[in-house]
Amino acid sequence: MRPEDRGRPYDLVGARPEAEFEISVDGVPVPVVPGQTVGAALHGAGVRSWRLTRREGRPRGLFCGIGVCFDCLVTVNGVPSLRACLTEARPGDRITTGEGDR
Amino acid sequence: MSGGYDLAVVGAGPAGVAGALSACLAGLDVVLIDGAPRPGGQYFRHLPEGFHATRQETLHHGLGRFARQWETLTSRAAVLLGHRVWAVEDTGDGFAVRCLEGDREERPRTVTARRLLLATGAHDRPLPFPGWDLPGVLTAGGAQALLKGDLVVAGDRVVVAGTGPFLLPVAAGLARAGADVRGVYEANGRLGLARHPLLAAGRAAEALGYGVSLAGHRVPYLGRHAVIEAHGRDALTHVTVARLDARWRPLATRTVECDTLACGYGFVPQIELPVQLGCLTRQEADGTPVVAVDAGMRTSVSGVYAAGETTGVGGALLAEAEGRVAGRAAAADLGRRVPPLPALSRRVARLSAFARALARAYPVRPGWQGWLREDTLICRCEEVPLSAVREARSLGARDARAVKLLARPGMGWCQGRMCGHAVAALAGDGPEPPRRPIAQPVRLGDLANPPPATP
Repeated sequence: MRPEDRGRPYDLVGARPEAEFEISVDGVPVPVVPGQTVGAALHGAGVRSWRLTRREGRPRGLFCGIGVCFDCLVTVNGVPSLRACLTEARPGDRITTGEGDR
Repeated sequence: MSGGYDLAVVGAGPAGVAGALSACLAGLDVVLIDGAPRPGGQYFRHLPEGFHATRQETLHHGLGRFARQWETLTSRAAVLLGHRVWAVEDTGDGFAVRCLEGDREERPRTVTARRLLLATGAHDRPLPFPGWDLPGVLTAGGAQALLKGDLVVAGDRVVVAGTGPFLLPVAAGLARAGADVRGVYEANGRLGLARHPLLAAGRAAEALGYGVSLAGHRVPYLGRHAVIEAHGRDALTHVTVARLDARWRPLATRTVECDTLACGYGFVPQIELPVQLGCLTRQEADGTPVVAVDAGMRTSVSGVYAAGETTGVGGALLAEAEGRVAGRAAAADLGRRVPPLPALSRRVARLSAFARALARAYPVRPGWQGWLREDTLICRCEEVPLSAVREARSLGARDARAVKLLARPGMGWCQGRMCGHAVAALAGDGPEPPRRPIAQPVRLGDLANPPPATP
């Protein structure tokens, strides 16, 4: 997307978002607009995969986006196997990824 | 049942909200339950408050009407958002709805009601093709959910592919939100809509709006084309687009560079809950199992109603009308005075005919199986390639269940929700109704000790 188009979705709906907060994803800070899911924040930050499959080690991220496919599993503050696309991010959340689906 | 509601409605999309509201207005004590934190289901998925969006309706068609219904409903009914329903049980004198509250705490909660309306909607129906599990490949509904629900544009350079009228609002929304939409590839005829006088009469204005929007962004919209392969090492870099014959066999191919593919071949109704209760199902023209209902949206199980996509994929307008019918029928069956409304029945009949015509215009045709290679994953969760499915078939498996037992497709995390249609087709069978006694992941402790009903 061209830099001048970054604000387009916000202009489209007349959004005046609250201040972003950060979550930590494998130690890296990722910005979140209050209310966004962990999966949307990751995808929006350009992170497209955060898990490897257990047999062939294939990278996976969002696929169905609505909680049906289970490709986007993450560990949130030590709680494993949560669907990133359904889990609303909270300030200070520590997300760990890449643990496989064992 | 003491402390219970007259009617529990599962699903806060167009069908569930209209059903709950109609039942309230007819005098029932209603509770509406949905797993999402905000109302709308998939179609009217709302942005979080945190965006303070002043014109969210630009992402939707008909949001104002839904919002008014929602506002009225919340003043008259109990609403439990963020409650994922994992099971429903017939208790003899009513129904117990087993929920998990919260997206990570997962507090168990049981709601009881004398009657039950199941309006659980549908999810995308993907088809497998080489590379479909690469990061950057999303379902069309997934791309739409990111935009409507989180204001995230799915990618910078996006290809939209699959079949059906849903591809148009997905592509138009992405283009208006700033994505470079490289093309919309409709595997059936692009003119499928216009050729049907019925369709042209019903929704021409809406379709024209999307067409104008795509043309304004110079987005090519091609019929008889499909994405038959996705390429990239660790993420999507380009796709192979093929021109197709009438059976979807590739005639000629070319490459389109993109970082995101939004792909969908129709929808799968989510009917786990009605199947748990033993509600009879029927097959749509294309074999899709849906809940069988009478003219009052009553299922075969006394006291259980279904509306919206669970009874056949037909879109938001039909879902709302069916919800109203179901809510009114539930009230009448509990002895409330409900005046007849013949115009509503006519509306359901007209919109159902429209849905059947759409299904005829946008079927899944068998040529997609020729896009697969021996090593193409059919089941994403268990990583089952086509060769294993074919081996199971050579061993005598002739339906999806037999293939599953031999080769494991559908036994992983998603329980066949993503690959079920494809596995059944490859087995030479139609899709079966889903038998999933647990509709959502649930911890063993909660399963062992379901909580008593709480008001």
